[in-house]
Amino acid sequence: MAHPDRKQKAGSAAAPLPAPTRRNFLKSLGMTGIAAAGSNAWPRTAPAQADEPAAVAAPQTGEKLHAIRLVVNGKTQSLQVASNAVLLDVVREQLGLTGTKKGCDLGQCGACTLHVNGVAINSCLSLAVMHDGDEITTIEGLERNGVLHPVQQAFWEHDAFQCGYCTSGQMMSAVAILKDKNVGSDDASVREAMSGNICRCGAYKNILAAIQSARGKTGGAG
Amino acid sequence: MRNFDYTRADDAPQAIALHAQMPSAFLAGGTNLLDMMKIDVMRPARVVDVNHLPLNRIETLNDGRVRIGALVTNSALAHHPVIVRDYPVLSQALLSGASTQLRNKATTAGNVMQRVRCGYFRDDVSPCNKREPGSGCSAIEGRNRNVHAVLGTSSQCIAAHPSDMCVAMAAIGATVHVQGPKGERDIDFLDFHLLPGDTPWKEHALQDDELITHVVLDAPIAGARSGYLKLRDRASYQFALASCAAIVALDGGVIRTARLALGGVGTKPWRARQAEAALVGRPPSDATFRQAAAIAMQSAVAYSENAFKIPLAQQAIVRNLSTLTA
Repeated sequence: MAHPDRKQKAGSAAAPLPAPTRRNFLKSLGMTGIAAAGSNAWPRTAPAQADEPAAVAAPQTGEKLHAIRLVVNGKTQSLQVASNAVLLDVVREQLGLTGTKKGCDLGQCGACTLHVNGVAINSCLSLAVMHDGDEITTIEGLERNGVLHPVQQAFWEHDAFQCGYCTSGQMMSAVAILKDKNVGSDDASVREAMSGNICRCGAYKNILAAIQSARGKTGGAG
Repeated sequence: MRNFDYTRADDAPQAIALHAQMPSAFLAGGTNLLDMMKIDVMRPARVVDVNHLPLNRIETLNDGRVRIGALVTNSALAHHPVIVRDYPVLSQALLSGASTQLRNKATTAGNVMQRVRCGYFRDDVSPCNKREPGSGCSAIEGRNRNVHAVLGTSSQCIAAHPSDMCVAMAAIGATVHVQGPKGERDIDFLDFHLLPGDTPWKEHALQDDELITHVVLDAPIAGARSGYLKLRDRASYQFALASCAAIVALDGGVIRTARLALGGVGTKPWRARQAEAALVGRPPSDATFRQAAAIAMQSAVAYSENAFKIPLAQQAIVRNLSTLTA
C-alpha cells in the first residue's frame, strides 16, 4: 500500500474525474478508508480525492501537458496528459474505464492488459503520450450491442475466475491469442502464450478450458 | 514515477540532439525503461520517444547478413520467416523470454539495453555499485541464487545479464550499429556489453548520446542446426538460471563448426569460445560434449547460493548439443 511511487502517479492524473457512479462512490470510500487508517501513502491526494475531486484533477503547477487523441473502444477521446501519465492510469482515471485493472504496476502480472492497434500490451508500462493516434480496446469494448464477446461468454460458462481481479486482463490476452496465427491451438501453446497473466486464485484450468471453447467462435469480433 | 520532459523525435539526428541537451533516456517499447523509472532506479530528466523513427524493418543484406531495425519488436523478430528458417536459436531465445504482452512491445535495441534483475540494484536502497558507485555489492554476501552470475563476476558486482535474445546473438555473431553526435559506427556484439570489473556502472560500449539503430546478424552458417535451451524455476515467464545457445554443423561425422553462448550465468551474454574449440574436429558424443561443457565453466566462481549453476549450465550445454546432433 505504501508504495512511494503511487503518490506521484495519483497526483499526476490531469483531468476531471467522471460523473458520480456507484463505482466512483465506492472508490472514494476506499480512499477515505486508507487515509483514516493512518497510512501516509497518499498524504496529499487521498483526502483531496475523497472531498474535492476537482483538486486532484488540476495539473501540478508548471507541469507540461500534452494534447493527445486516442480512439478508445471506437470512440475518439481528446485528452491532456502529463509526460509521466501512464496509459493504464489515464484509461482508468481520466476515461473512467476501470475494467482494466492495476495489479503489480510493473509489467509482471498482466492485469492491465489491453489492446493497442489490435496488439495486447501491458498498459502499466506505457506512457499515454506515446499512444497519440492509437486505437485502444479495453475490456469494456469487447461486447457488441449488449452481447458478450465469445471469450467473455466462455469465461462465464467455464467459471474461469474466482475473485475476478485478473479476469479482464486474462480475457484481453485470450482474445488476442485466439486471433494470433503464431500461437498454436494446443493446450501447451495456449498456456505458454497466456503465461503473462497471473491468477493468484489459480483458476488456470478453467481459463484454459474457456479459451479453448471460445476458439472458432470469435470470428472478426473484438 | 517522477515527471520528466517528454519529446518525440522523427529521425535519428533529432533524437541524438534532443538526448544531448540534458540527462536523457531513449524510449522505445518502454517495458524496461518505464519499469526502472517507476522503481526510481532510473531518473532521466528527459525521455526521447524514438518510436517514430524508421527503424522497424528486417532486411537480408547482399552479403547474406540480416539487418534488424532497432524498433523491431521481440514478437515480430521471433516470428519473422527468415529468422525462423535461418536462426532458430534466436527465435527460440526470444520466445523463451518475458511474456506475450511484453514481447509485443519490447524492441530489439531495448532488449540489448535491458538492465540487470538483481534485487539489490532494483530496491533503490541497498548498497549497489552499479546504482551508487563505491557503495558496495549487497549480492555477494546476500541473496544470489536466481539472477546472479558465476562467470565474469568481480568483487564489485555479480549480477547476471538477463537477456535471452542477446545470448542467441552472441552465438550467432552480430554487429551493433550505432549513430551519435560524431556519426555512425559499428560495435562487435561481443564487445558491446562490458564486464563489471571495477566499473559495474559502465554496462555497454555506447558513448554519450549514441543511439542503437540496427543489429546486424552474421550470415547463417550453411548446414548448421541451432537451438536455445533455457532452464528456470518455472516453465514460462521466468529469467534463466542457466541457458545455452548453440549452433552446430557436422561434416563427415565430425563437428565442423560450433558456436556456444550461455545465459543466466554470465555478467554479460557469454560466448564460450574455448568450449567451441574443444568440439571442432571431433565426432559428436556425450564425452565430447561433457568435456566442452567443463571447459566452458572452468573459470566459474560460485557464490553463497548459486554454486548449482555451474553443473546446471554444463547440463544445459550437453543436452542442447545432444539434441542438435541427434
